[in-house]
Amino acid sequence: MSPEQTPILKVSRLVKRFGGFHALDGLSFHVTPGEILGLVGPNGSGKTTAINVISGLYAPDGGEVTFDGASAGGAASHRLVHRGINRTFQVPKPFLSLTVRQNIQVALAYGGATATPPSIAELLDEYRLKEVADRPAADLNSAQQKMLDLTRALATRPRLLLLDELAAGLNPAELDWIAGRIKALASTGMAIIVVEHLMGFIEQITDRVIVLNAGKEIFEGTLATAVREPQVIEVFLGGEHAH
Amino acid sequence: MPSAASKHLLFILAPLVVVFALLPGVYQNHLLLFNFVIFLILAQGVNIIYGFTGYLPFGYVGFFGAGAYGFAIMVMHLQWPAVLAVLVGGVVAVLLGLLLTPLLRLSGAYFAIANLAASLAVLHFVANPALEGITKGPYGVSLTGTFNPTHAYYAAVVVMGLTVGAVVYLKNSAFGLALQAVREDAVSASMAGVNIVKMRVIAWLASALIAGLAGGIYAWYVSVFYPDNVFSGEFSIFAIVFALFGGVATITGPIVGVIILYGIYNLIGFTTPQYFQLIYGLLIMGLVLFLPAGLVSLATRRGWNVP
Repeated sequence: MSPEQTPILKVSRLVKRFGGFHALDGLSFHVTPGEILGLVGPNGSGKTTAINVISGLYAPDGGEVTFDGASAGGAASHRLVHRGINRTFQVPKPFLSLTVRQNIQVALAYGGATATPPSIAELLDEYRLKEVADRPAADLNSAQQKMLDLTRALATRPRLLLLDELAAGLNPAELDWIAGRIKALASTGMAIIVVEHLMGFIEQITDRVIVLNAGKEIFEGTLATAVREPQVIEVFLGGEHAH
Repeated sequence: MPSAASKHLLFILAPLVVVFALLPGVYQNHLLLFNFVIFLILAQGVNIIYGFTGYLPFGYVGFFGAGAYGFAIMVMHLQWPAVLAVLVGGVVAVLLGLLLTPLLRLSGAYFAIANLAASLAVLHFVANPALEGITKGPYGVSLTGTFNPTHAYYAAVVVMGLTVGAVVYLKNSAFGLALQAVREDAVSASMAGVNIVKMRVIAWLASALIAGLAGGIYAWYVSVFYPDNVFSGEFSIFAIVFALFGGVATITGPIVGVIILYGIYNLIGFTTPQYFQLIYGLLIMGLVLFLPAGLVSLATRRGWNVP
């Protein structure tokens, strides 16, 4: 990351409530093109909610989301996709009765990619789906469905990619491989936000992490520094371990 | 090498249209042939809204009846030629579809029930004696001036051809894939860039147009009818059962469903409707339990590609 770069995404004092529960409570951060930012925190800290708000699935109750210099908070998901934001899901959500190839075709046809998107053959090959290209997505195993989710997102040629626990359930060899793929994507200028519980994986790929607790940022910096922060240790392990 | 769409047009649509265009010359029961064509249209209309988007339209007959009355009003009050009045029937159904678009916020059984209620509301609106001056209320309409079953039959064959052509397009286009994507997972479809509201509305209005045109042609063919005839729930139930029996989201499924089920119905010659309803009720249950994807799934389970 080059610090002087203009952020492609700025989140300012973001608030999201579900009834009386504040899932996001004044969260602010930014990400620049080519940067891989990790969002970490215990369950319920607001990581996925942040991704859902940025990708348009939830409208924020307060604060601002600015993408590429223009407001993006509360916009419909498909419009945000056309502007260059895309994501994967914690539980992959492919179109189960469509073939793998058709899943990608939908995104290629409707993704509104401004730059030339990768071809289906490239995506199938790069994400190890070539052998199952003409099988229904329902036939795929969990790891393959995650890769299909990712290729569906990449077919829209995003400039900001949000990865929600993409690595969960992958074996060590697959983790190394997907880490390499994510870094290669970032090297093309794509900004990437990674929500993950696997700290080794986060350390391997991120430039910087934001640690969340109760919808607020409690730390920003490298993961190596974060793990020495008493406040971070406290929210992950409980109060008695912090001292 | 011809594209899949060309093959579907050549080997499914063309033979279907040719057969039904020629059959009146060799088979004398023209009313039966006409009913076959009407159900082929309605089953494909259900296919578009249910097979491609997942909305089960239990009140589909509302569009059919609206089309019939749109036709009747243009003929009775403005003396429009039948063909133009049929088109107005289609437009009236589309306008009704627009009015009912808020129903698309619902899903599953909630949508089906609300759609059924909406069709009943339209029936009672049309049958209101206070509207006798416009719709003839519950007393029925007589359109003997335009009575021409031969022309009406061929108009139905044309609309059937266009409807099957529309399904061929959906089966072979990115638009059809996107509709299926919306049916499978609306959130994921939106993240593929698909405007899910727009897609659902287009499919909904297309299926309304199809039923409206069919209703207008039906009114042209029978010429004398009452609100209860053209808003009869049997049209919805039959069209849904035929489409499901054959297999939705395919071109051939609803065609096979109509030909087999409506054929069996007429061959057996059921005369007591209560037995017929009972059998169809059991048939729906059997379908849901054992063949939820219809007859065509017997082939697709073996890895055969069924258009």
